[in-house]
Amino acid sequence: MSLKPDDVRNIAQLARLHIDEAVIDEYAADLSSILELVEQMNRVDTSDVAPLSNPLDATQRLRDDSVSESDERDKFQAIAPDVADGLYRVPKVIE
Amino acid sequence: MSEWESVIGLEIHAQLATTSKIFSGASTAFGAEPNTQACAVDLGLPGVLPVLNRGVVEMAIRFGVAIDADIDHRSIFARKNYFYPDLPKGYQISQYEHPIVGRGHVSITLDDGATMEIGVTRAHLEEDAGKSVHDRFAEQSGIDLNRAGTPLLEIVSEPDMRSAKQAVAYARKIHSLVRYLEICDGNMQEGSFRCDANVSIRRRGESELGTRTELKNINSFRFLERAINHEIERQIDLLEDGGAVVQETRLYDADRDETRSMRSKEEANDYRYFPDPDLLPVAITDDDIERVRASLPELPEQKKTRFVDTLGLSADNAEVLTANRDTALYFEAALEAQPELAAPIANWVLGDLAGALNKAGIEIGDSPISPARLAGLVARIADDTISGKIAKEVFEAIWQGEGDADAIIEARGLKQITDSGAIEALIDAVIADNPEQVEQFRAGKEKVLGFFVGQVMKQSQGKANPGQVNALLRDKLKA
Repeated sequence: MSLKPDDVRNIAQLARLHIDEAVIDEYAADLSSILELVEQMNRVDTSDVAPLSNPLDATQRLRDDSVSESDERDKFQAIAPDVADGLYRVPKVIE
Repeated sequence: MSEWESVIGLEIHAQLATTSKIFSGASTAFGAEPNTQACAVDLGLPGVLPVLNRGVVEMAIRFGVAIDADIDHRSIFARKNYFYPDLPKGYQISQYEHPIVGRGHVSITLDDGATMEIGVTRAHLEEDAGKSVHDRFAEQSGIDLNRAGTPLLEIVSEPDMRSAKQAVAYARKIHSLVRYLEICDGNMQEGSFRCDANVSIRRRGESELGTRTELKNINSFRFLERAINHEIERQIDLLEDGGAVVQETRLYDADRDETRSMRSKEEANDYRYFPDPDLLPVAITDDDIERVRASLPELPEQKKTRFVDTLGLSADNAEVLTANRDTALYFEAALEAQPELAAPIANWVLGDLAGALNKAGIEIGDSPISPARLAGLVARIADDTISGKIAKEVFEAIWQGEGDADAIIEARGLKQITDSGAIEALIDAVIADNPEQVEQFRAGKEKVLGFFVGQVMKQSQGKANPGQVNALLRDKLKA
């Protein structure tokens, strides 16, 4: 599978990355070679192998449902770029 | 019958009633000061790891068992990737493959009393996002992350519904179920229970589905019905004018009573799900499932059957009493005070009490008349202390906080006159005053009896026992 320049632009948009038009082709080639590697692996017959969702052979530990965190808003907001009235402020988002 | 058939499926987000969040130990209490319940995990700060809340898993299993669903023994979490300021990590932890609850079903009761099976495709766990505040600042939006990480169970139905009414019946059923199961408080205004509807239409008889739209922003059952009906009409108009339905998300605007298109963000639909490497698979054993099954409370269907079979209530009354958990609890509390009076208590709960609550806009859980007081009133009717008519006056007085039925009957002197001597005296006086009507009755005009009953009741100020009055009057008039 090979990616076209438009695919690269779309992926960059989804990831909110700015990519110079001048290097789009280069990215397309690099990403395509990665996909080629994946395709190569895809050719291995895995029909009797269960899909792996996590490399650790373990299951999730659970915690009890109780409140263990206290209010540390002041500390968190001290490192935020813009806060007011207890809210984090961001550029206007229109629905 | 219209040549068009509508096809509706619902996605319901139920906030699970845990005390802490799905992946962190921050509180989920509603209404706190902004960002005071948003910890490092909820903020998506670097270096933190999610740890799954056991209560969330158990609540999901409760729901799964209650809808007779397949529960996956190995469930996995996935990242759903998108950018929005109220989602600080840049992804929502959700489930894609192997949701915790697989295929199940519920049955709904339609207006004509018929029942219908609705399939539940799946129910999966995910974290809620934060809230954006758009009207506080002129040039910026404010973000409150208290809600971020609140556990949600997203319940996805099959496209089995064919009208807005059926969709509402299904939504109410799920609402009732999560309340019975005590896994969600069901508060739609606060957003604890949210419905999105997928709506499409097709010509009757066709089997292919039409292009669907998704309706969001619906926060009451009434609006759900209206939004779906509007959307069906809009799609029919479009197709009949030769147009086509565009697959999109539409927001319901309750003030204008219309749906409108959200600005279409085409790329936003590419969520690039992948298994979350921070979370291991969740193992659920048969023992876990059986333990949850054994702890389930009596569910509405079971309660309804018991009300009919052992209490002798009508199917209609049992249906209405059990549809809402609080109504059922109220009825059962009243029944505990007067176990022999199931039928009259049911009638009072569904009749006068429901009417008064509805008029006052009060939920039954906040009723000014306690279950014990309502039972006390019903008992005084049953033992002939008061008539049904006087009971309405007593009911009103209990509502106003004047005490229980016995105290009010005593204070107002409302005790029914059952002493036949006293009633006969009243009857004699009425007969003496109305010789003309006596003649009419004796000439065969039976209807005049009603006039006499009315007069005697009036003389007794409503306190004479109507049955006795009737019998004694007949005897006297015939003499």
